[in-house]
Amino acid sequence: MSTHSEEPRPSGEIDYMTDTRPIAAGDTAPGCKKRDPIVVAENVTRSFGGINAVDVEYLEIPRHKITALIGPNGAGKTTLFNLLTGFDMPNSGKWEFEGNSLAGVSPYKVARMGMVRTFQLTKVMGKLTVMENMRLGGSEQPGERLSKALFKGLWGGREKEITAQANVLLEKFKLDAKKDDYAASLSGGQRKLLEMARSLMVRPKLVMLDEPMAGVNPALTQSLLDHIKNLKAEGMTVLFVEHDMNMVRHIADWVVVMAEGKIVAEGPPGEVMKNPAVIDAYLGAHHDVDLGDAEGIKELAAELVADEESIVGTENAGIIAIDVVASESDEARHKRKDSE
Amino acid sequence: MDFGFIFSSAASELFSPTTAAYALAALGLAVHFGYSGLLNFGQAGFMAVGAYGFAISTLTFGVPFFVGLVIAVICSAIFAMLLGIPTLRLRADYLAIVTIAAAEIVRYIVTTNQLTAVTGSANGLAAFEGGFYAMNPFPAGSYMGMNNRDFFIRIVGWGLVIICCTLVWLLMRSPWGRVLKGIREDENAVRSLGKNVYAYKMQALIIGGVLGALAGMIFTLPRGAVQPANYGTELTFFLYTCLLLGGLGTVLGPVIGAMIFWVVLSLTQGILYGLIESGAVTWLNTVQAGQLRYILVGVALMLLMIFRPQGVFGNKKELAFA
Ligand SMILES: Nc1ncnc2c1ncn2[C@@H]1O[C@H](COP(=O)(O)OP(=O)(O)OP(=O)(O)O)[C@@H](O)[C@H]1O
Ligand SMILES: [Mg+2]
Repeated sequence: MSTHSEEPRPSGEIDYMTDTRPIAAGDTAPGCKKRDPIVVAENVTRSFGGINAVDVEYLEIPRHKITALIGPNGAGKTTLFNLLTGFDMPNSGKWEFEGNSLAGVSPYKVARMGMVRTFQLTKVMGKLTVMENMRLGGSEQPGERLSKALFKGLWGGREKEITAQANVLLEKFKLDAKKDDYAASLSGGQRKLLEMARSLMVRPKLVMLDEPMAGVNPALTQSLLDHIKNLKAEGMTVLFVEHDMNMVRHIADWVVVMAEGKIVAEGPPGEVMKNPAVIDAYLGAHHDVDLGDAEGIKELAAELVADEESIVGTENAGIIAIDVVASESDEARHKRKDSE
Repeated sequence: MDFGFIFSSAASELFSPTTAAYALAALGLAVHFGYSGLLNFGQAGFMAVGAYGFAISTLTFGVPFFVGLVIAVICSAIFAMLLGIPTLRLRADYLAIVTIAAAEIVRYIVTTNQLTAVTGSANGLAAFEGGFYAMNPFPAGSYMGMNNRDFFIRIVGWGLVIICCTLVWLLMRSPWGRVLKGIREDENAVRSLGKNVYAYKMQALIIGGVLGALAGMIFTLPRGAVQPANYGTELTFFLYTCLLLGGLGTVLGPVIGAMIFWVVLSLTQGILYGLIESGAVTWLNTVQAGQLRYILVGVALMLLMIFRPQGVFGNKKELAFA
């Protein structure tokens, strides 16, 4: 897919952190072309029984950017991850990574090409220590070959490098104190962190994180967000699934919205979050208020007062009287008719 | 009751060639199940392939000892691949079913009458150990109460156990072993890190199977005979008993487990027979006593699983999260 990247590849001089060139090649629309895509998927479909879990007509992931994939539960985000990384086979379609077709390529080869994913249901090797988990991610370790495994002289050097790399990451992810503990003894959030750190051990070109911040405490989220942003500076591309809109707003350069398997919207976060279709299907009316600070809460309170629909209680709320229930359900029916 | 005799015969089981064979085969299972999570229920089949591979190549094709050894090893590697190619991409339980069936198939094949000329059918094969004992460097005489043949097979058997344990230990501390342990924990996570899980599982299956084949040879050489009845499914379960006794994910576990297994069997036999002979026990004959021993082993295993589930050598911490 080099037809639409006539511009010269960004060279080393470009600082990806501050690169403000447009991401889309033309107009911003669902399935639009990107200036410099790293992943291109075409007509990728996957159905389970009757339902189309994924039905992506066309999707490009921009290189050297942080792309958020959002959408309601069951939208097909995780399934799309599985398809792109070879963990699941689509019913049809083709997709490629850096110009190489990935159809039928096994997951480990996809990872070796530089496309590494994490799992929504965290996968850590419980009976290995945190450090061993990290080392497993290390690449080009000659000692992983049976022919060289017996001779420590052949792999001890690389092992030291891998360990040093792991130590740096563990410190960033606040796991350095845990490095000799079994991974099974970690808390849920710590496992998420370990999995993310481990995926970075592979030194991927594209890292795909499935709900990386689920269960991570707010203070650590802040520092991890910075860390993810910094991955861009190291030349990595990030694609992540996340339900936390603050995180999406803070770090995503581009947002792709899925619903019922389809790409329904995409664009820069500011624009996408104003899109009425996205607000209806996913975000809800008061999504743009940051509840993380006092200002936000005041703002929300003001908004709620002004918003008729948000008034849920009646004066005798809590008392269940038949006529109230009946009139309420009448009202609801009217409202539904109105919105149709 | 002659306790001196009971204890000395139990002690002699400690280093018997059969114990060495069990230790080797259980070490193979440790590679399969303990380190890689591969549920092989056909280790008896691997032992049979090793024993028959060696015996047939010696008797039918008249090859020298070491060629027979290499043939036995190659046969077991091929057997491992035959089992692994269709099953290793599937869930762990499929391998268990296929291995248990394949081991039985091996046993039925060597028992069929059509192949009597080659396999000796139910009577098995004998007189193939000449080439081995011809290499005996020890002149006739008494070595710690053994003749030179018994001494030689013990030296070779336990020498092999030591070498194999060292090799397995070296492998398991290496990054290769780390990938295997990772596969045991979660193979998709290992895949997502760019490791060819299928190849690792195949390598582990072959290594454990070759250990089984070597065990099969050590098992048959001192007997001078190989018979299909010795390679039934219960043999595999005895090996798992040894493995669980000693501790799953350890190198010394299977060895110590095999020793405990045989010492306990010998002690219970000695004591039961003694009780029967002295008339203290009248409700049991010696045949029943022989069977009762295995019941006792089963009870011991259950007690172990309840009170020390990690085995003698296992790491309690590793089990804490199981
Ligand atoms: N293995 C499977 N078998 C059957 N149906 C499946 C399977 N995996 C996913 N699905 C279905 O596909 C649809 C998409 O699931 P998917 O896990 O991709 O959603 P998601 O967007 O990741 O949701 P969430 O935000 O809750 O993680 C769902 O309707 C789900 O029921
Ligand atoms: Mg999901």
